[in-house]
Amino acid sequence: MSRAVGLHLGVIAALLALQFVLPAYHHGVLARVMVMAVFAMGYNVMFGYTGLLSLGHAMFFAAGMYGMGLAMKQWDVPLVPAFLLGIAAAFLLALVVGVLALRTAGVAFMIVTLMFSQSLFLAILHFGAITRGDEGFALARSLRQVAGLDLAAPATRYFAAWGLFSVVLLGTLALVRSRRGRVLVAIRENEERTRMLGYDVWRHKLMAVVVSGTICGAAGAAYGVLFGYVGASFSQVPYSIFPLLWVLLGGAGTVIGPFVGTLFMFYLIDLSSGLTDAYMLVVGVALVLLTLFLPRGLMGSLRDRGMKWLP
Amino acid sequence: MAAVSLLSTHALSRNYGGLQAVKNVSLDISQGEVRALIGPNGAGKTTLVSMLCGRIPATSGQVVFEGRDVTTLPAHRRIALGMAYTFQITSVFAELSVSENVELAVQRHIAERQKITAQVDRTLERVGLGRMADRTAGDLAYGHQRLLEIAMGLGQTPKLLILDEPTQGLSDSEIEDFVALIRSVSEKSTVLLIEHNINVVMALADKITVLNFGEIIAEGTPGEIRANEAVQTAYLGG
Amino acid sequence: MDFGPHLLLAMLEGLVQASVLTLTALGLSLVFGVMRVVNVAHGEFFMLGAVLAWWITFLVGGPPALAFIVALLVAPLLVGTIAAAADWLVLRRIDYDPERTIVATIGLLYIIQQLTLMSYGPDARPVAPPFNTRLALPWFEFGSGGVQIYWPWGLSITSYKLFVIFAALLTGLALWAVMARSRLGLILRATQQDRETAQAFGVPVERVYALVFGLGAALAALGATLVVPIQQAHYLMGGDPLLLSFIVVIIGGLGSLRGTVVAAILIGMSDGIISVFFSPTLAKMLATLLVAMVLVFRPQGLFGSKPA
Repeated sequence: MSRAVGLHLGVIAALLALQFVLPAYHHGVLARVMVMAVFAMGYNVMFGYTGLLSLGHAMFFAAGMYGMGLAMKQWDVPLVPAFLLGIAAAFLLALVVGVLALRTAGVAFMIVTLMFSQSLFLAILHFGAITRGDEGFALARSLRQVAGLDLAAPATRYFAAWGLFSVVLLGTLALVRSRRGRVLVAIRENEERTRMLGYDVWRHKLMAVVVSGTICGAAGAAYGVLFGYVGASFSQVPYSIFPLLWVLLGGAGTVIGPFVGTLFMFYLIDLSSGLTDAYMLVVGVALVLLTLFLPRGLMGSLRDRGMKWLP
Repeated sequence: MAAVSLLSTHALSRNYGGLQAVKNVSLDISQGEVRALIGPNGAGKTTLVSMLCGRIPATSGQVVFEGRDVTTLPAHRRIALGMAYTFQITSVFAELSVSENVELAVQRHIAERQKITAQVDRTLERVGLGRMADRTAGDLAYGHQRLLEIAMGLGQTPKLLILDEPTQGLSDSEIEDFVALIRSVSEKSTVLLIEHNINVVMALADKITVLNFGEIIAEGTPGEIRANEAVQTAYLGG
Repeated sequence: MDFGPHLLLAMLEGLVQASVLTLTALGLSLVFGVMRVVNVAHGEFFMLGAVLAWWITFLVGGPPALAFIVALLVAPLLVGTIAAAADWLVLRRIDYDPERTIVATIGLLYIIQQLTLMSYGPDARPVAPPFNTRLALPWFEFGSGGVQIYWPWGLSITSYKLFVIFAALLTGLALWAVMARSRLGLILRATQQDRETAQAFGVPVERVYALVFGLGAALAALGATLVVPIQQAHYLMGGDPLLLSFIVVIIGGLGSLRGTVVAAILIGMSDGIISVFFSPTLAKMLATLLVAMVLVFRPQGLFGSKPA
């Protein structure tokens, strides 16, 4: 077993063990952090490994969340198929958005993704009769049961979040160590060179968008199931900025970075909310400081300083 | 000796606005030969090879590779058919290690992990970068980056290796090594070489094509080209 | 009101919106054109202009006209200075890398917005217009006795709104004169064309960039100062101008000032007209999708020409 695999299995084991020792409050925070870290890991596939900066990933999160939520609430679909429907919705959206947005690059790509995401938010408001618009809707505890397990209960919720987190963490680790994953990195580093080595750059990029969007959709669906709320705010601009921030903070293009960044930022905001209501100020300051002083993030800087094996 | 054609073009042209960068070029490169493409700056050499490997679409005309019309194929498909292109301006993956660079060239056509590693090692040894496998490509000296660029071409085991001014910026001793390397490469692959250094051209080429103002003005063996008047005028200022 | 007068009213309202939008979008377009960076905090500079205009009129007191004139001069100047400082402290240090600039200006967006929330508070506050006479407008009708002129009830515009249109026109012309005729304009155009060459010819590119970033923000702040007597100042008011400016700059062709003006008038007018007749959410959604599609299929904008 290589150091890299060992590290990631170690993190997974530690998170499992923490479930039994953490006080209730931090137990709840960590469950949320793990789901949001899945969101960030999905974002990282595109941004960190392929070099595609999206400003609209809230749409994939929301597609997963609403796909799941509407299926359960409006059409009485049971939880597991509803969850899968949420993921399928994000997958389809990512496919369509990918095909369209990948015609552009750089700044235009960022703006196009931002606008597609904004359109989804406005669509959620416009079809308020089904989506309940701004208010969103709650999922009753009775709906959030699977095979006799109550996903609203703290222990099962933690365990479910941990399961999804572990699958996605190991999945992205496998992806970036695979042959395809290395091609994604090559595209990030030098797109023209990659094409001239005989790789279909467009198809690899599309794969990255679809994988990324699907993972983020899974995060959105899981968030809705585990915390019992589906709301339009999750499709708004801040939820496109958060994964970017978490990934930048933890280290873009590192497998464990998104989790580190999410954890760090959650506790930073948690601490600052005791001081001021304007907690988004912390987000803004963090973004500026990161671009100025730590462009490679925490884990990226570690990798630069001797831990070259960090995937 | 009936040479088998590997790559040929028919009346290949490229316009930029009103300017014709390449005019009606018809070439025929046989399997196994080393072909040099020479000409003054701005003669259209890079534009021509870019159309061969698909980086630039042709305005009109045809490119045929191994008997197959590839004119409309995108670049990556042509590369996959067995062309390899090394960039005039060194274009390596600067953040990746030397061996990872070559690995990307190798892994497209080899499946097994061990064979990939073996092929990477062999290729790096061949260009003399064996001891630098773990260095970061961007940290290499310029000459070594050029060698890495060539290694990435060789790693693809191409049928046709296109080298765009490979000796630019190399020292004399490095050029000597390069000539020896291309000699050994040409035993198995066909080579198309754009080159300014006339000594390298004379030492390596089986046949030389001379381009001026986007047109072929002469074609022949090194001896014939040396004696050609049109070539001398083009080069020495006519 | 009949359809005809109603449409005229909608168009006049649209023209006021378009005037403010033109100023705001010109700022964004100028920054993108010269510096090749996208300023995501542009909407917050707009908001800052409105909020500062409120503070200034509040502090100056006295007759509304005097306070407003002071605000009109000082608010854009202050916002421009703040923006230039942000450029000098942040953007210059990351070497105007396009992607990192976007991330950094997102950071600035939240910093400005939240600091405003902490100091100015969550309330929306009005600024008294310097003058506000209601001007009734005539309409005509083809009756049995030929064309008849009459004054429909509700068809009117205020003198202040006419002033907004006039002020925007004047600023636009001044900007054009600076860009086309002055030495500063020459320097800006040279920097836009080729940063390295301009630098080689002794243009202090870093200072030019700070100036342009400040000027872009000042234009947004000017638009905002003009609009506070009509809309109120609020810490979240920057979102819509940002989105609309983006749309305008994209439709007009990235970096083209002339395209920006044409697109701003087109979009400001149609936004004004559409929101009178249709559901604003649906209109916004379709407009946003449409703009995304323009970027996907015609990245040079509707009025820009294809780069060679």
